[in-house]
Amino acid sequence: MIEQNLSLLLVVIPLLSAPVTAMLPNGRMPWLLTLTASWTCLLIAGWQLSVVIDGNVISYELGGWAPPWGIEYRIDAMNAFVALIVSAIAAITLPYALLSVEKEIPRQQTSLFYATFLLCLVGLLGIAQTGDVFNLFVFLEISSLSSYVLIAMGEQRRALTSAYQYLIMGSVGATFLLIGIGLVYVETGTLNMVDLNQRLHPILDHQTVHTGFAFIVVGIALKLALFPLHLWLPNAYKYSPSVISVFLAATATKVAVYIMLRMVFGVFSNDFVRITPTDHMFLLLGVFGVILASVAAIYQTDVKRLLAYSSIAQVSYMVLGMGLASVLGITATLVHVFNHALMKGALFMACGALVYRVGSSRFEKLDGLGRQMPWTFTAIFITGLSLVGIPGTAGFISKWYFVLAALEHQSWLIALVILLGSLLAVVYMWKIVEVMFFRPVPDSAQSVKEAPVSLLVPMWVLVIANIYFGFNTELTVNVADSAARLLGVAAYHE
Amino acid sequence: MIDIIVGHYNYWVVIFLMMAGFYTVISHGNLIKKIAGLNIFQTSVFLLYISIGYVSEGTTPIIAEGFTRYSNPLPHAMILTAIVVGVSTTALGLALVVRIKEAYGSIEEDEIHDQDKSL
Repeated sequence: MIEQNLSLLLVVIPLLSAPVTAMLPNGRMPWLLTLTASWTCLLIAGWQLSVVIDGNVISYELGGWAPPWGIEYRIDAMNAFVALIVSAIAAITLPYALLSVEKEIPRQQTSLFYATFLLCLVGLLGIAQTGDVFNLFVFLEISSLSSYVLIAMGEQRRALTSAYQYLIMGSVGATFLLIGIGLVYVETGTLNMVDLNQRLHPILDHQTVHTGFAFIVVGIALKLALFPLHLWLPNAYKYSPSVISVFLAATATKVAVYIMLRMVFGVFSNDFVRITPTDHMFLLLGVFGVILASVAAIYQTDVKRLLAYSSIAQVSYMVLGMGLASVLGITATLVHVFNHALMKGALFMACGALVYRVGSSRFEKLDGLGRQMPWTFTAIFITGLSLVGIPGTAGFISKWYFVLAALEHQSWLIALVILLGSLLAVVYMWKIVEVMFFRPVPDSAQSVKEAPVSLLVPMWVLVIANIYFGFNTELTVNVADSAARLLGVAAYHE
Repeated sequence: MIDIIVGHYNYWVVIFLMMAGFYTVISHGNLIKKIAGLNIFQTSVFLLYISIGYVSEGTTPIIAEGFTRYSNPLPHAMILTAIVVGVSTTALGLALVVRIKEAYGSIEEDEIHDQDKSL
């Protein structure tokens, strides 16, 4: 009985915990409940992945209404993989959150903060679970609205303007998605993703379908921070509380990548991608995104902003993988979704540890800090290697698959851009290393202690995961590969 | 030609509202006007959905004797949800504007930008 409903419980548990959390007295109680809820979610997501990893599909009919009329939760390898990433990051972020939130969020707001965090988690998990496009829109807005609130809780007043800017851009994106869904609904009369795919197949050349597709892609691209629609992202990540930077950087854009994959390849189809210039558009924007965002990252003077630009570049890699439109390309994208969540999670956690001790992540405050905070610095260094793609780290695995996919496509240029992106990553990560390790400690500076253990442990769990998944690729690559095949992407052939 | 204009007049209204709202969001520097523009933009989509639920000579989708054609209620149900989303977005946006006004003493985008630059 319980087992049949677990897929739904993954969404319902955080959803019900949120109002309870909001009513709890401020202090550590809300944190404890949020922690319990997110670890429960992680267990369910792990179970769910173990069921569908062999190609099974879990179909859950909400309220007993059979699809395509009712809302269906349809879990295949890709959904379960994304749900696992989201819940795992939430589960690792929360132990880290306790001290960081006590420092950055006023005490009288803690219960509301954690309630909003849970709502954001509900939205992201719901997106991963649902098999209904309108339901997806609603969950997208749940996660977006709560992330606007969370970003606005940053200490500086610019957090407010960043959240406002994100709200405008995000709402425009969501409304575009809604228009697209409406146009597709007019043509097919259905909202269920599997049903949509079948009904769209004979009418892929209709102009309404093309218009709907354009609206959907632009709408998701705004949420995904795809170049050139990325302008909201650097400030949103920079001014939000540290915990929120960690959580959003590791999950929100990844979930948007999932939506893009699901919509473009799952709902429309690979045939549609080939008869339209979609793949070329993805490749073009991906190439520009990788290069320009990496170059922009080099010129930043703040670690958090630098990492935000690096996130845009890394998301552009994922878009490149989609543009290659082959099993290898999609596999590379999904592997990178997982690995990038590990990298950015660890890097933003390290950044949060710096903010915890120094109160800022600007370069001029960090001179020589690497020797005073050796554990944090080493975490940045190792994850930096992973971001660059040094063999023996998770980042290498994703870069390897990207290059393989590009070579299979015989696009030497794309392969070159991927390697160039890595070189640029060396440059910007080196800037942090130089400031923190090679600059002398200013005489006026007070001595700084290493970050507390409760910040270091989650950070190092992610750092070790970066190394572990650089050697053991069984989970990531197998799941990504079977997910890519389920999407119906045929192997590339001329 | 006249048929296209008159027969689809609700769609023309949708297009006009959509463009007007979107233009307001992009062009205005006043934070409240931006939210108003966003609202108009979203409302146009509500209208689009309600229009597509129309079935010619259909009645309210309530089963009653003597009626066999009903309007499609699903777009209406969807748009009720979207209205809720729109209201929450507006409320949150306006709440942010209040906080911005408290922090900066202005709701004009360029004045806020100048204040941040001078720091």
